[in-house]
Amino acid sequence: MTDTIRAIPDRLQSPLERRLKSWETLLFAVAVSIFIVNSFTSPYFLNAWNLSDMTFNFTEKAMIAFAMALLIIAGEIDLSVASIIALASTAMGAAVQVGIGTPGLVAIGLGVGLLCGAFNGVLVTRMGLPSIVVTIGTMSLFRGISYIVLGDQAYRGYPSDFAFFGQGYVFWVISFELVLFALIAVIYFVILHKTNFGRAVYAIGNNPVGAEFSGIRVARVKFILFLLTGLMSGVAAICLTSRLASTRPSIAFGWELEIVTMVVLGGVSILGGSGLIPGVVIAAFVMGLVTFGLGLLNVPGIVMSIVIGALLIGVIALPRLWDKWRS
Amino acid sequence: MLMQPDQTSEQVSATSAAPILSLNRVTKVFPGVTALSEVSLELFPGRVTALVGENGAGKSTVVKILTGIYQADGGQIEIDGQPVRFPTAQDAGDAGVTAIHQETVLFDELSVAENVFLGHAPRGRFGLIDTAAMVEKARDILTGIGAEIDPRTKLKELGIANKHLVAIARALSIDARVVIMDEPTAALSQKEIEELYELVEELKGQGKAILFISHKFDEIFRIADNYTVFRDGALVGSGAIEDVTEAQLVKMMVGRDVSQIFPERDRNVGDEILKVEGYEHPTEFADISFTLRKGEILGFYGLVGAGRSEFMQALFGITRPSSGAVTIDGKRADIRSPADAVGRGIVYVPEDRGKQGAITALPIFQNVTLPSLGRTSKNGFLRLAEEFKLAREYTERLDLRAASLDTDVGNLSGGNQQKVVIAKWLATQPKVIILDEPTKGIDIGSKAAVHEFMAELAAQGLAVIMVSSEIPEVLGMSDRVIVMREGRIAAEVSGVDMTPETLVRHAAGI
Repeated sequence: MTDTIRAIPDRLQSPLERRLKSWETLLFAVAVSIFIVNSFTSPYFLNAWNLSDMTFNFTEKAMIAFAMALLIIAGEIDLSVASIIALASTAMGAAVQVGIGTPGLVAIGLGVGLLCGAFNGVLVTRMGLPSIVVTIGTMSLFRGISYIVLGDQAYRGYPSDFAFFGQGYVFWVISFELVLFALIAVIYFVILHKTNFGRAVYAIGNNPVGAEFSGIRVARVKFILFLLTGLMSGVAAICLTSRLASTRPSIAFGWELEIVTMVVLGGVSILGGSGLIPGVVIAAFVMGLVTFGLGLLNVPGIVMSIVIGALLIGVIALPRLWDKWRS
Repeated sequence: MLMQPDQTSEQVSATSAAPILSLNRVTKVFPGVTALSEVSLELFPGRVTALVGENGAGKSTVVKILTGIYQADGGQIEIDGQPVRFPTAQDAGDAGVTAIHQETVLFDELSVAENVFLGHAPRGRFGLIDTAAMVEKARDILTGIGAEIDPRTKLKELGIANKHLVAIARALSIDARVVIMDEPTAALSQKEIEELYELVEELKGQGKAILFISHKFDEIFRIADNYTVFRDGALVGSGAIEDVTEAQLVKMMVGRDVSQIFPERDRNVGDEILKVEGYEHPTEFADISFTLRKGEILGFYGLVGAGRSEFMQALFGITRPSSGAVTIDGKRADIRSPADAVGRGIVYVPEDRGKQGAITALPIFQNVTLPSLGRTSKNGFLRLAEEFKLAREYTERLDLRAASLDTDVGNLSGGNQQKVVIAKWLATQPKVIILDEPTKGIDIGSKAAVHEFMAELAAQGLAVIMVSSEIPEVLGMSDRVIVMREGRIAAEVSGVDMTPETLVRHAAGI
């Protein structure tokens, strides 16, 4: 009857039950099968050091992918991330030439990343320009500066203690980058899933007008997301430059697409509003396993880029098929 | 079935003609809810059938089944006695069923004519769209419904009432035998409503069957021939409109007696809480000044487009006024964003629930706590238990009907979505609440609940601003009424001056 008081339950489906039926579960199964296939096709795969090497295929990209995931969930995108790496790396390289030490280099790498992120953020949130256009523009702009500074030259001569970020090991086969990757994954998991800020990100991605009308400072949240993406590009620039021990203007060329692929493969809707950090973590491993597995089989680089391209189309199509299958 | 030869064309009784369309024991089940349970409905040629029921009674579900958006889980649809199926919206259109929805999807960047004929534009040579013919046909249809709109203008240049007329024209551009009107008058002014009634008469004359969904009893009794009442997804009554009274319909709808009287209130007006001085916007409004006291309900009346909502949105920080000052509780407030307004204790329940009011893809509890996360969280970290507690407290006060607090708001009926939006704002413990057309498009039972709730809030000392275009509501609820006309305050009336005549006179400027 309409007059009786009905108590509304909090939830009908437990979060665990929901998780088991999720995209992330399917993706995890994919990761496991690729792992198994790899271990059969190459005798070198199941080797602790080889597996450790494998993680370098994704750690730097994944650091940026976490920040990118938040940005895409909020309905924006940053395609200039790889160019920010180039600019930050160039700035560090130039600093090395005038004798600046490792702490200074780290500060410069992070600072350039933040500045680039702020530049994107101002153009998008203050001037109201669409982020895809802004960041395609800054993608050319940032890397263009690197080309002007370096031409066909390269910066080398990084201090020996700088090498730790990209080449150091914390314990046995566990690299510094892998530890940093795990740490950043946890930080972004907490930011997105456990804080008010993360809730605001979802609200904005689902309905920016409704979020604004609910008292959320939409422009401020988006600006912070661009800053974070810039900052993570700076972190990745430090790791990559340290690993390569040199800077060329073509550094990290084309990474933006691999990073977006990683985010979308992780189950983040390219339309914004949904997605989880654990999905991006699994997607990072999937992409690392695929490229490394193909590498062990001596598959040429051009074929790898075909595989990455197919993967991108596949992950855009798969969630649709997945939804159909579920309903 | 045979027509009786001696029948006058004036009064065709419901039983004499065969229905064009009938629903037979149709059932629709959603996860956790039975939206329709074996309902039947018959639509006769040349007759208007009013479908009435509270929000969530299943009216919209029926419309969606008839237009091919949902598929029935049981029962069948018959046209001229033949069972039919509408797997897609296209199939429903081909079978001669068209609908004027509450929220028809239109395209801002296309012209009016293109919106009217999208998907079935007249074709010329080589199968290309014959633009000239399309514009002419659109002009004919628009003139037919009394809309003075140039079919070549872009839709985005039109106001909300004209957009609605375009939606109606779109439905009429399909040569249909069954026309479904889902709250067609909700966004229209009195003049346009009259023209819509004429249109309904014309469609009746052409022998079309009309399903008319409305919450307004005066129009149901004015234009409907038959009625069908749903309650909680089940059929509770149907028949000829002359055999039923308003009170009987209401009783069928809600399953109990509901007084249409506005709640009695202790007018317990306290200190001044809000003072607005010289609010001005370059295009929308000018020279708005007034004060508001604790426990007071201040009505804002005016015609559609008088600038009431625009002013309220400026007061809430959505748009920035070019000049003017706001004082809250004796302190000057610089409101530059909704966040500032909420921080100062001013909240706004917008007219457009789906887009501005709620975030429909997020669950109920997250919608309710969104502006209150500062209170439910600790050092910026979410505490879900606190969120459920807060959401439960306020949604229960509003008697929300939902499967769980984890249900997405988009799955709720309009009235329940409105309750979520109001609960969201009450949870912030505001000083001033602005309600913009709070009962528009919601049924009579929910309406009474919202009115009662407003009275209760005022009694607790909250200052309420209510924007409404319904005169009985404005007069029944307000302590004072400000009438706006063309962006300015035309009059402020209170006490014995609060009559329908004065409001209309000031609003129209006569």
